[in-house]
Amino acid sequence: MKIRTLRRHVKESFRSVMRNGWMTFASVSAVTVTLLLVGIFLIVMMNLNKIATDIENDVEIRVHIDVTATEEDQQKLKEEISALPGVESIQFSSKDEELQNLMESLGEDGKVFAMFEQDNPLNDVFVVKAKEPQDTIEIAKKIEKMDFAHKVRYGQGTVEKLFGFIDTARNIGLVLIAGLLFTAIFLISNTIKITIVARRREIEIMRLVGATNSFIRWPFFLEGLWLGILGSIVPIIAIAVVYNYFLDFVKPKMVGHFIQVLDFSPLIFQVSALLILLGAIIGVWGSLMSVRKFLKI
Amino acid sequence: MIEMRGVYKKYPNGVIALNGIDVKINPGEFVYVVGPSGAGKSTFIKMMYREEKATKGTIVINGINVGKLKDKQVPLLRRNIGVVFQDFKLLPTLTVYENVAFALEVIEEHPKYIKRRVMETLDLVGLKHKARMFPSELSGGEQQRVAIARSIVNSPKVVIADEPTGNLDPETTWEIMKIFEEINMRGTTVVMATHNKDIVNRIKHRVIAIEGGVIVRDEERGEYGYEN
Repeated sequence: MKIRTLRRHVKESFRSVMRNGWMTFASVSAVTVTLLLVGIFLIVMMNLNKIATDIENDVEIRVHIDVTATEEDQQKLKEEISALPGVESIQFSSKDEELQNLMESLGEDGKVFAMFEQDNPLNDVFVVKAKEPQDTIEIAKKIEKMDFAHKVRYGQGTVEKLFGFIDTARNIGLVLIAGLLFTAIFLISNTIKITIVARRREIEIMRLVGATNSFIRWPFFLEGLWLGILGSIVPIIAIAVVYNYFLDFVKPKMVGHFIQVLDFSPLIFQVSALLILLGAIIGVWGSLMSVRKFLKI
Repeated sequence: MIEMRGVYKKYPNGVIALNGIDVKINPGEFVYVVGPSGAGKSTFIKMMYREEKATKGTIVINGINVGKLKDKQVPLLRRNIGVVFQDFKLLPTLTVYENVAFALEVIEEHPKYIKRRVMETLDLVGLKHKARMFPSELSGGEQQRVAIARSIVNSPKVVIADEPTGNLDPETTWEIMKIFEEINMRGTTVVMATHNKDIVNRIKHRVIAIEGGVIVRDEERGEYGYEN
């Protein structure tokens, strides 16, 4: 194809967008609604995922070491735990450190524990982290059976519930995405059906004067591209603005908490890029679908 | 130039539109195709620009065997044939100029040439001053003149017209016929299906009459031969 022909196609596609007033509006609206839903959904899902990961990563196993254990016994236990498959790290925390932590976490009220500083009733602790949070329970059970592991704590019950909740949330997310895509396809194919009627004559005439199929397709391809990109503008702006407000509202409440929502950057830029891409694909696909039928001789 | 041998056309619904057509039209001829409604005139015309394929028989246009043409090659055939319809078939979103230029853009002509050639052709049909208007702003006769301009802008050897004056009043009809005469005088073959008795009887040319899918009459400088 000659450069000037491509230029002609680009010009033609812009002209078509401008002149097909309400059809452009209908198509852009369909893309806009779809992308808005997809965009909101993406943001929610990515944040949920982030929160889930934060929670998962915070799960740790606390192995209370029997007071009768000698240093040798402790070393042996540490090696045994480290040797377990799926263990990422193991850290020793002495009973003095444990008491200090306890007092700090309780603030003013913790000061009453100062009296235990001479005769500390707590145990030394190994803090164990699993590579995969889901392995936590299994690892904990293995450690329980080891010598000198006095007590093993990983938030029994709570962790199981949490993992169950996260799985459910993700599955619901997948179902919603499927439903959303289905709705989008329905919405867009309806718009296509409307445009087909308007396009039929146009294509018939193009073919009569001897336009090849690819010559006919190009302007439609480009038009779809512009419509898709136009359709992504409103969702991107809306999502950026709303997310910004959301962050202003939520961020101050999360200071110091181990759960954090995603920052504006790069999340919004990633989602925007994805929406533009998605808009372009939807637009081009829809446009080519609407002419395909008429290109068979 | 245009040659049909034993052309037979049966539509999927069982209707036999053409039942053995043999005809030869020489370069530069002006031919009327007449006959009652449903006689096969339109199918005969559509065969030439391969809107319809013959069930049997051979059709050769400008040396191209239309029957053996692959779908992908059809555009090449159509670039050598201008087609004019009763309902004009203009693109409503394009201006007069753009509608005519379209036929040249398709063959990737140079923009400078397109500009010159389109204005030349619009001048020929007397619409140079309305180049920037849209079809909806023109009268029926003017729209048909735009359609004619589009059909001849790429200098085809053959112009095919299917009832080109069917939607026009008598006065406009004569204007349109004058343009076809002019095109023919310049050496282009014109094949025109028509129901207009006055035209055929006053501007004498070869007349091919089709009835029941066969040619029943083929006369030089013939008469229309039917009542209107």
